[in-house]
Amino acid sequence: MRSDPRDYELVAPGSLQMAVELLAGSPREWLPIAGGTDIMVQYAAGKLPSRKLVSIWNLAELRHMEVLANEIRVGAGCTYTDIREHEVIGREFPLLARAACWTGGIANQNRGTIGGNIGNASPAADSLPALLAYDAELILVSVRGERRLSYAGFHTDYKKTKLAPDELIQSVCLPREFSGYVCHARKVGSRSAQAIAKVGIAALGRLAGTRVEDVRIALGSVAPVPLRLSETERVVRGNAIDESLVALASKTAMAEIRPIDDIRSTAKYRAAVAGNLVAEFLALLNADGRKA
Amino acid sequence: MISSLEDRGKSEIALMVNGEPKVVRAFPMERLLDVLRQQLGLTGAKEGCGEGECGSCSVLMDDALVNSCLVPILQAEGAAIVTIEGLAAGEQLETLQEAFLECGGSQCGICTPGMILAAFHLLNKNPRPTLQEVKEGLSGNLCRCTGYVQIFEAVARAAERGTTSS
Repeated sequence: MRSDPRDYELVAPGSLQMAVELLAGSPREWLPIAGGTDIMVQYAAGKLPSRKLVSIWNLAELRHMEVLANEIRVGAGCTYTDIREHEVIGREFPLLARAACWTGGIANQNRGTIGGNIGNASPAADSLPALLAYDAELILVSVRGERRLSYAGFHTDYKKTKLAPDELIQSVCLPREFSGYVCHARKVGSRSAQAIAKVGIAALGRLAGTRVEDVRIALGSVAPVPLRLSETERVVRGNAIDESLVALASKTAMAEIRPIDDIRSTAKYRAAVAGNLVAEFLALLNADGRKA
Repeated sequence: MISSLEDRGKSEIALMVNGEPKVVRAFPMERLLDVLRQQLGLTGAKEGCGEGECGSCSVLMDDALVNSCLVPILQAEGAAIVTIEGLAAGEQLETLQEAFLECGGSQCGICTPGMILAAFHLLNKNPRPTLQEVKEGLSGNLCRCTGYVQIFEAVARAAERGTTSS
């Protein structure tokens, strides 16, 4: 049933400091809302876990990008539009730029934020496999200070994260060390805009001669959390890509994931597509990696 | 004026709507869509799905296309909103509106206000889009009548002529 706005509180503190102070005062009570592309949908369905919301939309401290020598810090409040239009991200982190382009439609890209995508913690989130592939780190903030942790492992289970109740995600740090990598991103869904992915891949790799020197493969919608395929990477790393390696990698990927049947697809279909996406990426890496 | 019990918990929220300053009294979690339609009488923006999937409630907020069903009114405080009612200048239709009429880009009309605002947003950013770019720019706006072909033609025609305002 639809929610009644009279039953809800929404406040908009003017600064990040004021927002974290509010959270610190009564943690677990306040639910952060940025662009509302997830929260307002839950609100419409009467499924919000809290009736007190704190708006962090457009806070200057969260909506900016910092290009440092060794990394780019993307503020958690940056929208998908901010990300897809950022020149350095487009050049150095194309997997993320591409995922931003097929998240929702333009209106949702203008409001949805990278921090919201991480905090909402859906295993089907479009941008999250790219963050795994790029070894992103997160900076979390609270009145207790900042802490920095690897994004890998941030999601502990379906819709569960390491974020403490008094913390906000402040920024996403992307190490600038992937120039010259072959990259592959693809969303398999009913259509690329709006539809939520049945399976999504973000993968990176580099050859040395004919052998795979480095490889990173991450998939969405195949497990309770966005998944890095460590076992598949281990099988591939150090080897030349030929038919038997591709077959082994696909098989390993299919065994490594934990897909489910749901409204959008079946476990069987997802496993088949995951195997095919890994194979498609390795073929691309083998062809383009030799040119690089 | 004595505020009624009904009003308790409401805030005064100032915003610009179609170039005019407005102050509304609303609960902070009321949706921008409802405030536009019910308080301001601007019924051009339609509620289709109510969850950001269909685009029929699209408006511009500070020049950015948004789904007004997903915007709590408090977040629109101080913002400049443009609805379909703000595009035409009196009887003089905006270029896109003319083009939609000429090309048959509108049938039942439910998606049309959002579709035109999405096209307007696209042409402001990219005045000469390719067909692929038009498709992407309108991908969040669903139409169940036209099959989209006439809509794409209308956007192409408006792009040729150049939009009149922004």
